[in-house]
Formats: sequence, C-alpha cells, structure tokens
Amino acid sequence: MIQRPAILALSIESLLVCFMLIYAAWYGRRILEKWDLRSGSELQLELERRTYLISVILSYTLVFQILSLFLYIFTADYLHSLFTGAMCAAGSLGVNGFGYPVLILKIVNCLVAGVWLIINHVDSRGYDYPLIKPKYELLNILAPLVLLETVLQFAYFLDLKADVITSCCGSLFSTEKHSIAGEVAGLPHGPMQLAFFGMMAVTAALGVFFCMKGKGGALFSIFSSLTFVVSVTALVSFICLYLYELPSHHCPFCILQKEYGFIGYALYATLFGGAVSGLGVGSLMPFTSNPSLSKVIPPIQRRLVLVTLALYLLFSLIVSWRMLGTPFRLG
Amino acid sequence: MNASLHRHSNILDFALSSLLRRKSKNISLLVVYTLIVFVIASLIFFVQALKREAAQLLSEAPDVTVQRMVAGRHDLIPAGYGEQISGIRGVASVTPRLWGYYYDKFFGGNYTLLVPEKKLVEPGNIMIGQGVARSRKIKDGDQMVLVTSRNAFLPLTVRGIYPSSSELVSSDLIVLSAEDFQAMFNLPAGQATDLAVAVANPREQVTVAAKIAELFPDTRPILKSEILRTYDSLFEWRGGMMVVILATAVLSFIIFAWDKATGLSAEERKEIGILKSIGWETSDVLLLKFWEGIVISLSAFLVGFVLAYGHVFFYSAALFEPALKGWSVIYPQFRLVPVIDAYQLSILFFLTVLPYTTATIIPAWLAATVPPDAAMRS
Amino acid sequence: MIELTNVTKTFNADKHNRFTAVDDISLTINPGLLTILKGPSGSGKTTLLALIGCMARPSSGRIRLHGIRTSFFSDADGGSFLDITSLPERFLTEIRRTTFGFIFQQFNLVKGISALENIMLPAYPTGEGQAVFRQRALELMELFSVSRHAASPVDWLSGGELQRVAIARALINNPDIIIADEPTAHLDSKLSSEFMEMVGTLKAQGKTILIASHDPLVYDSELADAVVGMRDGRITGIRGAP
Repeated sequence: MIQRPAILALSIESLLVCFMLIYAAWYGRRILEKWDLRSGSELQLELERRTYLISVILSYTLVFQILSLFLYIFTADYLHSLFTGAMCAAGSLGVNGFGYPVLILKIVNCLVAGVWLIINHVDSRGYDYPLIKPKYELLNILAPLVLLETVLQFAYFLDLKADVITSCCGSLFSTEKHSIAGEVAGLPHGPMQLAFFGMMAVTAALGVFFCMKGKGGALFSIFSSLTFVVSVTALVSFICLYLYELPSHHCPFCILQKEYGFIGYALYATLFGGAVSGLGVGSLMPFTSNPSLSKVIPPIQRRLVLVTLALYLLFSLIVSWRMLGTPFRLG
Repeated sequence: MNASLHRHSNILDFALSSLLRRKSKNISLLVVYTLIVFVIASLIFFVQALKREAAQLLSEAPDVTVQRMVAGRHDLIPAGYGEQISGIRGVASVTPRLWGYYYDKFFGGNYTLLVPEKKLVEPGNIMIGQGVARSRKIKDGDQMVLVTSRNAFLPLTVRGIYPSSSELVSSDLIVLSAEDFQAMFNLPAGQATDLAVAVANPREQVTVAAKIAELFPDTRPILKSEILRTYDSLFEWRGGMMVVILATAVLSFIIFAWDKATGLSAEERKEIGILKSIGWETSDVLLLKFWEGIVISLSAFLVGFVLAYGHVFFYSAALFEPALKGWSVIYPQFRLVPVIDAYQLSILFFLTVLPYTTATIIPAWLAATVPPDAAMRS
Repeated sequence: MIELTNVTKTFNADKHNRFTAVDDISLTINPGLLTILKGPSGSGKTTLLALIGCMARPSSGRIRLHGIRTSFFSDADGGSFLDITSLPERFLTEIRRTTFGFIFQQFNLVKGISALENIMLPAYPTGEGQAVFRQRALELMELFSVSRHAASPVDWLSGGELQRVAIARALINNPDIIIADEPTAHLDSKLSSEFMEMVGTLKAQGKTILIASHDPLVYDSELADAVVGMRDGRITGIRGAP
C-alpha cells in the first residue's frame, strides 16, 4: 500500500517535517539552557544565529503541514474506492483506528505551528528577545506532537487492508448511529443555527470592542475558539445539508469534492485561519506587560482580531449565501 | 504593507540578477531538477490516465460475472445455471458469454476471441483489432487463417478493423460468430465461458452474488466493483513500484541540491558578506535565498510539467514503453486522454519541490548568517 | 554622540588561539566632528570600527548611542540614550542602515552588477520604493561626477571612480555618521587628497566622520578634530578634542 505515489508523498513530507522539528527542538533546548542576552560571548551569538534557522524551519513546517492536511484528506477520499462501503474520505479514515486520530493531530499541529509563528513574529519585534523561553517551550510541545502524528500516519497507511468493510459517511454520520459523529449529526437544527450565528455575532462584537477599547482580548480569544468548535459542529449538523441539498447527508468531507465546487476548501481555510488568529490573540495576552513589548503587542493583536473577524465573516457569508440561495429548506 | 511589498520586490529583483550572474551552476541545477519533475510527472500522469481509461471501460462490465471453478481453476459453465440464476429476485437478465484466448504459433502473440451479445458478423467473417492487424500485416478484406483445437485450418475474412481510438480495449481482439467460435474451440454443447448477470439495483449486487454462490457453490461470482478495485490496485502497485525506484533518484537529487547549495564559491560568499556589511540583515539574506529557490523551483516545476504533459499525452509515454509492455507482444498504440487535477499536482509538488526546499534550508541559513564584519576583515 | 565604556572584544574565547582585538577601551565620539583612529595594522582599529558601527557585539562593556532616531527609539532632545550592547541583530542592523554609512578598504562593491545598482543595494531591504531611492542614487552619482558610469559594471571602473561609487553607496540612506576603514590604502596621493576634500564637504554638511588610517595624509590633515592613537587593542593617546 505504501507504494502509492500519494502515500509516498505524504510519508516523505511527514518524515522531513519530523526531522526538521526534532532538529529545531534539540537546538531549542540548548537555547533554553544557555541563553544570556547580556553576554556578548560567541556562544550567545551562535545561539542567536540558530534562532533564525529555527524560525525558517517553522515557517516551512507550517506551510508543509497545511498542504499535507489537505493532501491527507484528499488521499483518503481518493482511496475510498478500495474499501467496501466507503463512499468518501469518511469511510477510508474509518478503516482502522488510526485514520481519525491522524486527522485530528494534523489539525492540532497546524494550529500550534500557526500560533508559534505569531509568537515568533512578536518576539522579533521586542528588543530583548522577550518571548524566547515561551517560544521554545511551545516548540518542545509541538515536536513530539508531530512525531506522534508521523508515527500514527505510517501506522494508518501500513495497516490499510482492502478487504475490511468500513462505513460510508452516510452511515457514519447518520442520525441513527450512536457515535460522536452520529450525535453531532443528530443535533436539532433550530438551536444549532441559533448557536452558530449567535456565537459568530458574540465573537464579532467582542472583536470590535477589543479594537476600539483594547480590552477583553482573552475573552475574545476564548470565544473565537469556541466559535471554531461550534462552526465545525454546525457544519456537520446542518450546514452540510444545505450544501448537499439533502436532508440526510451530513458528511464534512464530501464538500471537498469536485461535485460541490470544492467549497469545502474555502470553508475550512477561512475557519482555520480565523481559529489560528484568534488563538494568537489569546496566546499574546500574558505578555502585554512585558516592557519591550508593551507598545508592540496591542497593534499586532488588533490586526489579528481583524483577521479573525474578516475570515469568520467570510465563512458566515459563504454559509448564508448557500443557505439562502438554494430552494432546499429544512423543516 | 507597502513597505513589506517593496522589500520583497527589491530583494526578488536582486535574486533574479544573482541567479543570472551564476549561470553555469544554476543551469545545471535547473536541468537536473526539471528532469526529476519530468520523470515523476510523466509517471503520475500516465498511471492516472490509464486508470481513467480502465475505469471507463470497466464501467461497461457486467454487474456480476459468474464463473465456474473446478479444482480452483476457471472452467466452462453450463448455460443451464443461467436459467436458475435469472429466477433470483433482483436479477434483470442473464447472458451466457463466449470468449477465449488463442495463441498464434506463427506470428506470436495472444489474441482474445469474442462472440458479441448482438450478432455482428456472419460465419466466416471476423472483425479484428489494430494490434492483430499489425502483427499479421493484414488489412480489411484480407483472409486470415487460425488453427482450431482439432488442428484444422479455419480461414476467416476480415470485414473490419477496430479504430485506433479503441486500441486499449480492442488491440488484440478478434470478434467472430458463435459458429466459428465453436469450430475453433469445440466446446461441449450447452456450455459457456461465463455468465453476465445484470442486477437492476446496484445496492443489491452483493446480495445477488451471495445468493448465486449459495445456489451454485462451484461458481465464483465477481462483482463489477471488485474488478474496478483490482485494476485500481494493479495500476497503483505497478506505478508505485516505479515510484519507489524513483525515490532513490529523488534522494540523489536531494543530495545534489544540498551540495550545490552548500558549495558557495568564494565569490558568492564575499557577495553575501558585502550585503551583510552594507546593512542587509540575516532575514533579508534568507529572503534572498528563498526567492532564488522559488524561482528555480517554479521554473523546473513548470517546464518539467509541460514536458511530461507532452510526453504522456502527445507521445503516449514513449519512454515508459519498455517497462510497461508486460507480458504481451502486442502493445497497443494509443492516445491517452489528458486528465490533470490539483491532486496530482500537489503529489508532484510534495515529491519534488518539498525535498528540494528542505535540502536547501540549512545551506541557505549557513550562507545568511555570515557575520557582518567578516567583509571588513578579509 | 557615541559612547564606549570598557569595551572588550575577544575572538575564540574558549579556544587556544584566543585573541583580544579590543581591550578595555573607553572612548567618546562627538557629533559633527572628524575623528581619526591611528595605529598600525593589528592594533584593533577595524574591530573598533565594527563595534561602533553596529556590526559586531562587544564581549563585554557598554556602547551607547545618543541623538539617533530609529523606528523603535527616538531621541529628539538628546537627553536619553540607546544602549546597543545587547540589541538583537534585527535592531542593530536597522540602526546601522539608517545611521551609518560605511566605506571599506577594498571598496567591497559587488562585482558583475552596475555601479548604480551597487549604490542602491543598501536601500533594498528598507521597504522604500525602488523609484524613490533610484532617484537618490542618480543624484549622488551626479554629485560625485560618476553619472556616466551608472549602467557600467563596476569591473570596468578605475580606482578613483570606484572610490567615489563607494562613497555614494555609503550615503544612499542619508546617514548621520560615516565610517571609513583605511580609505586611502589603495590610492595615490592625488586621489587621497581628493578623498579628504570629499570628507571636508561631508563634514561641512554636519555629518560625523570616523576614519581608521595609518596614512599621514589622513591623520595629519587639518580637518581632523580628534586623533586617537591605538596599539594592541588599547588607546595610547588622544590628540585634539573629545
């Protein structure tokens, strides 16, 4: 199985990113131990040079990880024809116990990498590398996560057996099934719509409040993350129904297919982008009192909030447009 | 925002001039890079297109094909089975099929002899595929002689040759009448090669197949979806095998790229030293290296992609012919339908640009972290 | 004004070939004046220039800049100072780009590109539009009478012309302080005097100039306000103001 070009591509990417991050984390530990900005010693200069390398590595990592997330879903979708009962990615991922965990890990790693880059950007604006420690501590969390993801991904692909009968998204996300997916799909539409649009509105309000008054950043961050979760739930629960114009098709993966104009990509891209920016705002909150950053952080946070608002707005607009533009109506 | 754009465009400007100044090194890199992209892209396009063709063709396959197994091998099936099968609920129709293989001793090559469901030719006449015509060097109206299973000569007149556009299916095909088929292979009465079963509702295919297997334990019902899946696997496997071999090539390419990137000439090193000393920061030099990498990657990717497209879709992957001929002497000449999608492009990207970029990260950083006062010292 | 306090720079500190280029130097460079660092080669002049010009970090000691303006620090009234001793490279480089202009001993122009492009290079990462600094570069070339060589690759230029292109490059970002390391080392007397004339012009414009040289034509010049003698990384004596 491992020979398929797509799987080979994903495996190569995972290995490369893994090696790069382990390398980065190794040096990160050294930096945490020996960092002393006051000293002009050669060791310190060497460490400062290294931080450049690590930033570059992380930037590439984020880009590669985002691409690999989509490639992974696409590959799972592509492979569905091999498994009896699978109609789309949802089925392929369910063939063994590794498929979904890998997906979740990939998403988490993208978010963490995104937040790292935001923190790194802020760190470089401070004249005394104020966030060096939090940065490399976060790296120490990210590297093992990516390692875990790589291992699980290999396990998933190696364990793919074509004769296993798996479920198609129709049954996975069917409201009769007693599973998480089923429960989510089965959530009542009215309250869910209220929850979704409500959360979006609250987040928007908090964001505007922050931009004007500069207060409530932490609250905004929390709400933007909650909105992310609610939006994903809403996608499965009712948004997909409008996109497919079918009262029972809840699958969140089929919208990535050509038949639906690849609208899934637009939706997920905006949602994730918004989630990362929102998280970024929250991650910077503990450091606003830092002397070297006190002037730097607020404008950056404002920009992040605006990004979140813009992306979430775009998401909501796309959803509303599709909901209103179709003759299909939920009862 | 504006300042950032200016910075990028200025540095991109310098990156281009920098690349042009070191033509020999960059051209050799570009050539190798393009070659790698070309080979991998050709492979991906070719396998992809073949799969599409096969899937299209096989969609015409019967919903369930029933074959009889004797001692684990495919044997003839009594047409009588078909009557009982048509009684199963959900079965729309059952058609006995007559087909077989013929090995031509004189000219070499295996032909597929087939009796179509609707009568297409009278006894004594046949229709053949391009591959047969080429190997026997015959044309429409000529006579062809086959040797029957009783060692008798059977002369047949060619009444039509299938067009090249259908070569992938028909290349080795000989379509004949049921009478001639019988003369060739002398099958016992009431026997067929297999049964084609049509099932009205696709969801019931599995149930019907199960019932057939229950009814006739000596048969093997094959679902259309299974055939598709098997072909899918086969293509991927073969294509994948080559990719593994190519992995070696990609690895060598990575090492080559690394070597080129680290092997900065004294001139280049001095130039970066000068840049650092006049006010370029490490991240500015890193940006310079980034843009250089992008320009090279994009050029190689585009050129390699276009060449592969031409190779596969205009020249029918001529370079792969030796590896893919397989067991057949008759190799169909065909024109593949171009089918490119974003998925293939991203796989190509992951197998080529990604390794190159990773290989050049550390050399770029090493070059960029030259201390600014080094230029003063030399 | 630039203030150095007990500045030391040691190379290869942990190795057997440990070498102290600058040893416990305290010095003040005053604005608007021409200061000369005089001493034989190996006396640490180049290293000291690098330290003052934000190109290197001292191993110990402190360096303070007074009266400079950057995007992250403004000192309009001259009361406070910026301690650049532990600044990350990013900030150091930004200061260097906007405040200092360098003229190197070997001119250090990039071969293979035109004189104009060489002059524009320091402005590339600043985020200014190319049209803007291109205009400035052309004006500088006009000022130094090398306009006709704008498109010529620097490989074709004579020694004197190279010198003027190097000076033009140092001025592209309108720096307040000019630093020159052995500028007359490869020049004949005529060109050397021409160089000192240009220094005079720059000084008249209010720029602070710092030159390291062991050429008597330079350190005995009337324009020099302070001459700092150096030997083995230490100051041997200061003649003239601080």
